[in-house]
Amino acid sequence: MRMAELVMGLVMGVFSLYLMWKSAELPIGWIAGEGPGGGAWPFWLAAGMLVCCIAIVVRWAKRITPESRSEEVYMDKRTMRMFLLNAGSLAVMIGLFHIVGAYGAIPLFLIFYLRFMGGHSWRLTGTFAVLTPIVTFMFFEIALQKTLPKGFTEPLFLPIFDMIY
Amino acid sequence: MRNFGTKILSLSVALGLGLGFAAAPVDSAQAWEPKKPVEFVVMAGKGGGADKAVRFIQSIIAKNKMSSKPFSPVNKPGGSGAEALIHVKNASDPDHTLMFTLNSFYTTPLRQPSLKVNIETFTPVGRMAEDTFLLWVNKDSGIKNVDQFVKAAKAAGNKWIMAGTGKNSEDNILTDFLNKAYGLNMKYVPYKGGGRVAKELAGNNANSTVNNPSEQLGFYQAGKTVPLAAFTPTRLPLFKDAPTFKEIGKDFVYFMQRTVVGAPGMSKGAAAYYQGLFKKVFNSKEWQGYMKKKSLQGEFLTGDALMKYWLVQREVQRGMLKKMGAIK
Amino acid sequence: MEILSLLLDGFAVAFEPLNLALIVFGCAVGLFIGAMPGLGSVNGVAILLPMTFLVPPTGAIIFLAAIYYGAMYGGAISSIMLGIPGASTAVATTFDGRPMAMKGDADKALIAAATASFVGGTISVILFTTIAPPLADVALTFGAPEIFALMLMAFATFVGLGGDDIPKTLFSIFIGLVFGAVGLDIVSGEPRLIIGGIPGFFHGINFLVLAIGIYGIAEMLWTIEVSKGDVMISQASVSVKRTLATMKELVGTWKTMVMGSVLGYFVGILPAAGATPGALMAYGIAKTGAKDPSSYGKGNINGVVAPESANNAASTGSMLPMLTLGIPGSPTTAILLGGMVIWGLEPGPMLFIEHKEFVWGLIASLYAANLFALVINIAFIPAFIWVLKLPFTILAPVIFILCVVGGFVPTMDMHDVWLMLVFGVVGYLMRKLDYPMAPAVLAIVLGPLAEPALRQSLLISSGSFSIFFTRPFASAIIVTAIILILLPVLKIIYEKIKKPAAA
Repeated sequence: MRMAELVMGLVMGVFSLYLMWKSAELPIGWIAGEGPGGGAWPFWLAAGMLVCCIAIVVRWAKRITPESRSEEVYMDKRTMRMFLLNAGSLAVMIGLFHIVGAYGAIPLFLIFYLRFMGGHSWRLTGTFAVLTPIVTFMFFEIALQKTLPKGFTEPLFLPIFDMIY
Repeated sequence: MRNFGTKILSLSVALGLGLGFAAAPVDSAQAWEPKKPVEFVVMAGKGGGADKAVRFIQSIIAKNKMSSKPFSPVNKPGGSGAEALIHVKNASDPDHTLMFTLNSFYTTPLRQPSLKVNIETFTPVGRMAEDTFLLWVNKDSGIKNVDQFVKAAKAAGNKWIMAGTGKNSEDNILTDFLNKAYGLNMKYVPYKGGGRVAKELAGNNANSTVNNPSEQLGFYQAGKTVPLAAFTPTRLPLFKDAPTFKEIGKDFVYFMQRTVVGAPGMSKGAAAYYQGLFKKVFNSKEWQGYMKKKSLQGEFLTGDALMKYWLVQREVQRGMLKKMGAIK
Repeated sequence: MEILSLLLDGFAVAFEPLNLALIVFGCAVGLFIGAMPGLGSVNGVAILLPMTFLVPPTGAIIFLAAIYYGAMYGGAISSIMLGIPGASTAVATTFDGRPMAMKGDADKALIAAATASFVGGTISVILFTTIAPPLADVALTFGAPEIFALMLMAFATFVGLGGDDIPKTLFSIFIGLVFGAVGLDIVSGEPRLIIGGIPGFFHGINFLVLAIGIYGIAEMLWTIEVSKGDVMISQASVSVKRTLATMKELVGTWKTMVMGSVLGYFVGILPAAGATPGALMAYGIAKTGAKDPSSYGKGNINGVVAPESANNAASTGSMLPMLTLGIPGSPTTAILLGGMVIWGLEPGPMLFIEHKEFVWGLIASLYAANLFALVINIAFIPAFIWVLKLPFTILAPVIFILCVVGGFVPTMDMHDVWLMLVFGVVGYLMRKLDYPMAPAVLAIVLGPLAEPALRQSLLISSGSFSIFFTRPFASAIIVTAIILILLPVLKIIYEKIKKPAAA
């Protein structure tokens, strides 16, 4: 925990510096007769972020916050595994949106999650994997006319569009 | 709401058919028609003039069943239209991607060359209208003509507030023109959107604006604001008492285009389809009524004539931006 | 009373069979849309707008208004059940609604939210009817300085919101404000903070992306860690007896309800303010004025009642400038405005004169929509409770999918979905280290309203801050804001002085 507190403080400090540098593309000072320049608001707020990060690191060094005193591990093995599995499968699903589209990625994600993470029966998994994309399709594409990404599965949907519109 | 039950039924049938016949070749002899919902990108945010027009067009198309597939508007207002231009330029399916443009179609690529957007590569579909501009003041000011306006603005110097829609926008170009033409020193304060600008004038938080008629119409009819002069070649039928700037000795005409643009690389068949479709929309009584009520001008332009119009307009805009010092 | 007879005529319009059916259907659809994380009233109204051309204009607008109300109720449902605000207007509802659900009082929180919304709607419709026309003129005079003053007040009411760690709370506020500045600088017209040169940042960082990332993904990851992946979210039950007991408890919150409703209504009227700041301010004031402020954030029923009555009252309030001036008080009314234009009903000062029956029909329908949303909402509570009892390994993937799709639909841009994932993962890691997240979400909503107003004011005054103190409304609001900032500080000092004396 102690290590994580320091690393997060430092990483966010560096990120604040990046935001300050990026804000400085526009004038960050006071323009006479006009008020602050276009970059001033984000620049000085990012500077505020930096000051907070410095305070967090100082408090870490002085061991003021509970996190900086804690010798507990930030993420035990089990937590790490759960985190990687959840965030990872989510990232893979979003990635698959680009390739096989929403209606390919959603069932795959459900099969993975329900069957392999949840240990549910194939029957329940199958029901969800089939029904969820159909409900999603009817709600978004038919009722709301919002097109979700389809990737290379797009040609499969063209005859359906001909039918419904 | 069409019959939902039928839809579900047809959907399940279609799912079966779709899987079976996905690879079936399309009959190429038939006239081109959209195969899926058409993405209709708006270069501006929700609720503005362009957005309202797009949603109106969408309803005309749907109401009169002009297209077999729906048009679905997507707002991409980011970076003065830069986001929309990049999105349409890189459209994965140019045959189903259209964009509704403002003058930022010219000015944004000029001001941000790093976007590498060349409007000549876009497909000209149809110019639906040109919006007009007038000079407005609040009725409480007692100003009735341009002479009084110039006198008052001169006396106020940089305390005279001109509200507009953004730095280097159409409103800014017109403000710069007025400042130069009459030797004024008005202060330009940018707000988000023309509706907000109109409200600032009606609430006496600005001294003058250069709104489109549609933005000020409500306040004008309620007797809160007054048009002084129009940036048009002839007087507008809705505001007969406001002279044109040409009449009072300053020849300055400025329009806001409202044009439908196709993505670069759109197939000939698709372009012809959309050109025909938007001509139908333009000639519909709904659109003609809308133009009259909003005091919109201009004939329908398409194809090469529209492309030519773009190129002329781009040079006009380039000249103005140069004069303002917004570009080199 | 001419207005009263007009309102009665309005009810006659609202209770025409077709319009009534549209209200009921609209409420149900709105409730569903609002309950989905990521989809709020704005999305609902915007998305369904093109579907309204099948009915006459009055019916179409009534339908959209019903969706609006339904979605406002629905937003509270996801705030309470999932801890994810369905829309920015429901952010404040999570503060106490979520803890209540965790304690097993989800049904109580839902009933409280529905009832408070109903009261808020009722009071605001009464206010609307009685004092609409003169207020419209006051709203018109609100310029940039007044709006900035108002935003300052919204922040001021939230001083005490964060955690105990002051640097981390401030960090959260600052990062929210900086993220709110991404995109376009309105005043100079230049793109700003295009992080890494990625074009997706041109449209700025959408509030929903941060909110879904933090309240959806990060929250789920956190819950999975804490529950070790195999515990239900919370225990909840529902029965007539419990409902009646809740109703009794709600009678005791009438002061909070009235305060929230009146405040929400007036904040809602102001252009560019709307329901979100209204709800936040109501929560802040309820907490500041309470006898036991420390119980807020831990499941105090007043913490649900205050924002819910305020956000519903504000949605009625925001109709006022839209109908009378053609100025939307909220993003949702901006879309309603677009709808009215499509139907040839030009909003603005003339509307009350030229289309009286439409205006009062709409107001009466708002009221009817309120009633039906209450009934439908309470009728559906058992269904929401049932959803809660599903095993977590079923609920989690479904919520993840809702988050991903909900993050995509508003902008139709996969960039936002990836950004949401990043916010979710980083938000989870920061939450483990006790960084408070709510301030960042509030800041990203209020920042983009506050900054342009500040800079426009300074442009008008040639850079002099005196503009905030020489205008009557602006100075009154600023002074109130300063008092609100100082109040908790004074309280702490007072208690510190008192303590040694007592000991």
